[in-house]
Amino acid sequence: MSGDLLKSYRFREERQGDWQKLDVILTRAENGGVKRLSDEDMLALPRLYRQAVSSLSVARSISLDQNVIAYLESLCTRAYFFVYGARTTIGERMMTFLRRDWPAAVRGAVWPTLLSALFFFGGWGLAFFLCLQDMDWYWTFHGASFLEGRNPDATVEYLRSTIYTDGHGDGQLTAFSSFLFNNNAQIALFAFALGFAFGIPTAWLLVYNGVMIGSMYAVFWDKGLGYEFTGWLMIHGVTELFAIVLAGAAGFVIGGAVAFPGGQTRLASARAAGQKAATIAMGCVVMLIIAALLEGFGRQLINSDLVRYAIAAGTGLLWMLYFYMPRRERHG
Amino acid sequence: MTQTAAPRTQRPGVSLEAATQRRARMAEEMRQSKLIRRLITPEGAAIRLKLATAGERAGAFLIDVAIQWVIVIATLFGLSALIGALTPGSANIAFAFWLVFFFFVRNFYYIFFEIGQRAATPGKRALGLRVAARDGGRLTANSVLARNFIREIEVGLPFQFAMMGGDGASGWMALLGLAWSGVFLLFPIFNKDKMRVGDLIAGTWVIRSPKTKLMHDITSAAKAADASARFNFTVAQADAYGIHELHVLEDVLRQSTPEIKHQVAERIRAKIGWTKQTGETDLAFLEAYYGALRRRLEQRMLLGERKADKFDVR
Repeated sequence: MSGDLLKSYRFREERQGDWQKLDVILTRAENGGVKRLSDEDMLALPRLYRQAVSSLSVARSISLDQNVIAYLESLCTRAYFFVYGARTTIGERMMTFLRRDWPAAVRGAVWPTLLSALFFFGGWGLAFFLCLQDMDWYWTFHGASFLEGRNPDATVEYLRSTIYTDGHGDGQLTAFSSFLFNNNAQIALFAFALGFAFGIPTAWLLVYNGVMIGSMYAVFWDKGLGYEFTGWLMIHGVTELFAIVLAGAAGFVIGGAVAFPGGQTRLASARAAGQKAATIAMGCVVMLIIAALLEGFGRQLINSDLVRYAIAAGTGLLWMLYFYMPRRERHG
Repeated sequence: MTQTAAPRTQRPGVSLEAATQRRARMAEEMRQSKLIRRLITPEGAAIRLKLATAGERAGAFLIDVAIQWVIVIATLFGLSALIGALTPGSANIAFAFWLVFFFFVRNFYYIFFEIGQRAATPGKRALGLRVAARDGGRLTANSVLARNFIREIEVGLPFQFAMMGGDGASGWMALLGLAWSGVFLLFPIFNKDKMRVGDLIAGTWVIRSPKTKLMHDITSAAKAADASARFNFTVAQADAYGIHELHVLEDVLRQSTPEIKHQVAERIRAKIGWTKQTGETDLAFLEAYYGALRRRLEQRMLLGERKADKFDVR
């Protein structure tokens, strides 16, 4: 009687048990992660996978059962992505990111970082000196936005009061700093993403933000509050501005790779740069969270200029060491 | 033999229509095959990956955006209910944390899901899509970060320009900005790999990876034994159709209503010149003919002849 059966049917009948076994293992892995697989499953997986892949190529040439082919295609695709997919947990990935990937990516982008800093502090310096010469520039830069009255018309006493808190902020500053975090982190991600357009919008974004801060700096400087304002700004600003500069650098890394791919194809060059730049941008988000904590809590609790300067210098030193300190290559 | 030739000589109108249909079908197959990419596994076997269309991806994105909004609005409601019970100071801090949470929902929703084992957000999962590395290697966390950080200019930027509006010079600026940023938004439509800018930067693409169920074989043992006694198709009868018709017949047998099965059975009987025997059901006839047709076509395939459809006469 078996001579009556189709070859393709017999082929399927003999192997479908193994296919379904693989299917069950994959479903379990997809739903609950690798940890839910038993040792037995892990041992069986490579064999079942190879068998499914070879079944697929045989089935393509002998079977006309659409369902079997479609099933095997989907099974092999799933198995392939599982077998050759990443097995690391989120925690492990975070550790490699902090330990190796992030500082390495920043270290690898020294020139874009300097370029980015040039644009940012260039904008800052430009606005600062223009405003010192003629305060009308301030209104040109800021238009009608008031920044809580931190403008050239404010009195020295008022400006001083914005720098120090009496310790009864009622959490408003915390809310404000998390708002600023949102804003800054979004700008940082924008600066990264806009790098794709050859880095030109990134440069503009950096100059623009430099101008915004530089002109405000001029207002305080003009009223003789330069020293105090620097402390107010830098307690978190070292971290925050560093993050913005690095985000700009991430944008330039992409922009440079797209504009000047060198010996690679434009696509390959963009891909290689994109991975590095994304690591830097992710790091910027981490830095901005730290900056927001310093801003929301640190600045509110610490009203001494000296301590503020000390924290600013300390964070600056820590970041520099973390990113640029030469370290031994760890193998494996 | 006369039966097989019958439709062609019958009326020229019919065959013209059939030819048009066939051409349309071929064009559609051509279009579909443009979305297929071959991936050679390290074992040397070829897996065919089908890229997701721009429409599917837009659909998945809309689902994800809806989910994000639900999360944001639900937590905001929860927060406003909570704030009544708090002092103003801690309410502010609670709001501060919500703002940070909002940022993470906005930017890390996609990353969180795509870094996982399935490499797909709930929206993509619902449509059977997943993210994969273009070179067939493993999808790294850095790629997932890159492709999702870029989303900000693809969707956020056109949206911001559209919201900017205004009249006079600022209106023109907004329009120009919209046109410029629209290039990023519509990027996937204009390249053959359906990549968005983020995919290009990250070295990824989005493929279809639907879960398919293994169904029973129509020519299973019991039925075949039963049918071979009653149905005895000649070689000519089994040669009446090709692979395309076999696949259509498979679909009909697996999922259509008895009415359609009846119509299909009638058409096949007419075409191959089969007279209905007493007590013969449409289902039994179709299954038996499917078996005979598949046997014949698979035999010919083993000898290197793929009869694509009924017009493919060799």
